[in-house]
Amino acid sequence: MPLLSVENLHAGYETGGRRLRAVDGVSFAVEPGETVGLVGESGCGKSSLARVLMRLVEPASGRVLFDGLDVGALRGPALKAYRRQAQMVFQDPFASLNPRQSVGEILSGPLAVHGLVPRKERLTAAGDALERVGLPRAALSRYPHEFSGGQRQRLGIARALILAPRLVICDEPVSALDLSIQAQILNLLAGLKAQMSLSYLFISHDLSVVRYFADRVLVMYLGRIVETGSWQAIFASPLHPYTRALIEAVPTPGRRRHAAPLSGDLPSARDVPPGCRFHPRCPIATPICTEADPALRHVGAGQSVACHHAPESALQEGLPI
Amino acid sequence: MHGSETFAARGARAAEAEDRAAAAALGAGRRPETESEPWPNVHAPDAARAATSEVQKLAPAGRRRALGVFLSNPTAVAGLLILAVVAGAALAAPILFPDDPLEMAGRPLQWPGQDPRFPLGTDALGRNVLAGLAHGARISLLVGAFATLAGLVAGILIGATAGYFGGLVDDALSKLVEIFQTVPGFILLIVLVAIAQPSVPAITLAIGAVSWPQVARLVRAQFRALKEKEFVAAARALGYGHRRIIFREILPNALPPVIVLASVTVATAILMESALSFMGLGDPNVVSWGSMIGTGRDLLRTAWYLSAAPGVAIVLTVLSLNLIGDGLNEALNPRLSGEP
Repeated sequence: MPLLSVENLHAGYETGGRRLRAVDGVSFAVEPGETVGLVGESGCGKSSLARVLMRLVEPASGRVLFDGLDVGALRGPALKAYRRQAQMVFQDPFASLNPRQSVGEILSGPLAVHGLVPRKERLTAAGDALERVGLPRAALSRYPHEFSGGQRQRLGIARALILAPRLVICDEPVSALDLSIQAQILNLLAGLKAQMSLSYLFISHDLSVVRYFADRVLVMYLGRIVETGSWQAIFASPLHPYTRALIEAVPTPGRRRHAAPLSGDLPSARDVPPGCRFHPRCPIATPICTEADPALRHVGAGQSVACHHAPESALQEGLPI
Repeated sequence: MHGSETFAARGARAAEAEDRAAAAALGAGRRPETESEPWPNVHAPDAARAATSEVQKLAPAGRRRALGVFLSNPTAVAGLLILAVVAGAALAAPILFPDDPLEMAGRPLQWPGQDPRFPLGTDALGRNVLAGLAHGARISLLVGAFATLAGLVAGILIGATAGYFGGLVDDALSKLVEIFQTVPGFILLIVLVAIAQPSVPAITLAIGAVSWPQVARLVRAQFRALKEKEFVAAARALGYGHRRIIFREILPNALPPVIVLASVTVATAILMESALSFMGLGDPNVVSWGSMIGTGRDLLRTAWYLSAAPGVAIVLTVLSLNLIGDGLNEALNPRLSGEP
């Protein structure tokens, strides 16, 4: 049984009387011990999806099952118990820590709220959590502004892990950090995964980060998953033209040609194009793409794609575009 | 499923997969990339192994820094000194002037300096003006402080509830605030005191009832802005209850402008109490600066010092509180004091 299973999830916001469909029919699963990478451009609904999974935003329809439990229906103590098992690392380590609380208060708060550790032992447990992420115990009495960005993100990780969750949703945990610090944090997350037998849903707009980190990759475009597959399959034979464009845009030392970027901007989620939502930017769009919305179909070897022209287009063009 | 696999090997295989793809795309002419690191330019240590041995001590924590800014501001320090003198007089009043300041102490209507026993003279009933000022300071500060406290408690509770929960709760509470704000504050105060008995506790509560809407509006605005912050989302994700989020997460961040407002609210409360007493609506059993001005009013042409002395006391006290408020605003407002 998958640890987390999402079925046809919709969520959005009401703005000015119009509905913004941030998450528009998303289905996927995270197996125990698995790291699932979720990639897509800024504004494609990645963070909204994370917030729905954490029940920070209520879903409009669809189901989120965690270990067989319907997360959307949880109330009171049951919801609190879910929060203990699923935690989140936030994108901005400068905004996600309360500036008026010391590190000791920040880390012992979750233990107090969930009644996990007796009051006298909470600071010790908080110190253990700090050491686990490579920060000294002396940091307990310090305030967040005294730390660098990478150190703060370690505090964010320590806070997410102090409840010993089974699923950690990482919402672009390294995108606000310097490149050298990014590698440190990724290695830390990888090591903690092995130590604590965690599952990750790893959200990023950076394919090189996801390639390094994920077992399976979900590619999201405008609120919908357009391609999924093992990281090997996605990087070796990307079938969706959007995935191909994303991979092409990653600068690698071996391939010094100019990337052929996607033309145009991500359309507004208030005004989703008819038919295939990618067709206005798609290099291989045909009339059918403007009419019919392609469903995610299985194309073998654990890979699925939502494109009318896959996999034929990929074969014709040679991989990648 | 990939538990035993090292991440370096993962990186190598990822690069291989991409190399195959690149080779397919470019034909045989392109030399396949042999670099196998995921990020060949980055040789970063593992964060857990490269443990930070010490956290460097940066600028002093926010509160200490704010105190420094406040104390280096001359007008704020001047305000603090004036207030300290008034508070000292209030505290020393029962020692310096143990007798009831409403009792006759000497010959009536002596000018200041006429009798060394009465440095500020006596009023029409022979009461010591200086003793009245000292005892009046007690009432002014007491009413000012406790009325503000009552206003703060009510304003913070209502403003925080409205701002945090939003929706219908916010609509209802905001309407309540508006109702209080459309009624002229002083008229409401007179009505409240007229309904209750004119005693010090009743006056204090009535002034509190007039001052809370301003606090509630400010706190509501603060909460509306702060509840969208990521650390509040983090607190919710951690399973914190509403009460803990309101009081432990958001309120400490919402307080600085409220503290500034509170210092001005104390000044306003002192003025309101004085105005009530001036009109004879104050507590008749205690001496108050306002009532001293009120009784001196009839003799304004012959013995103006009777009104002037308590008037100066009110002006100085209110001025000191406003100076302190300005200083606090500069110290606590990050945009004014250059805090990042």
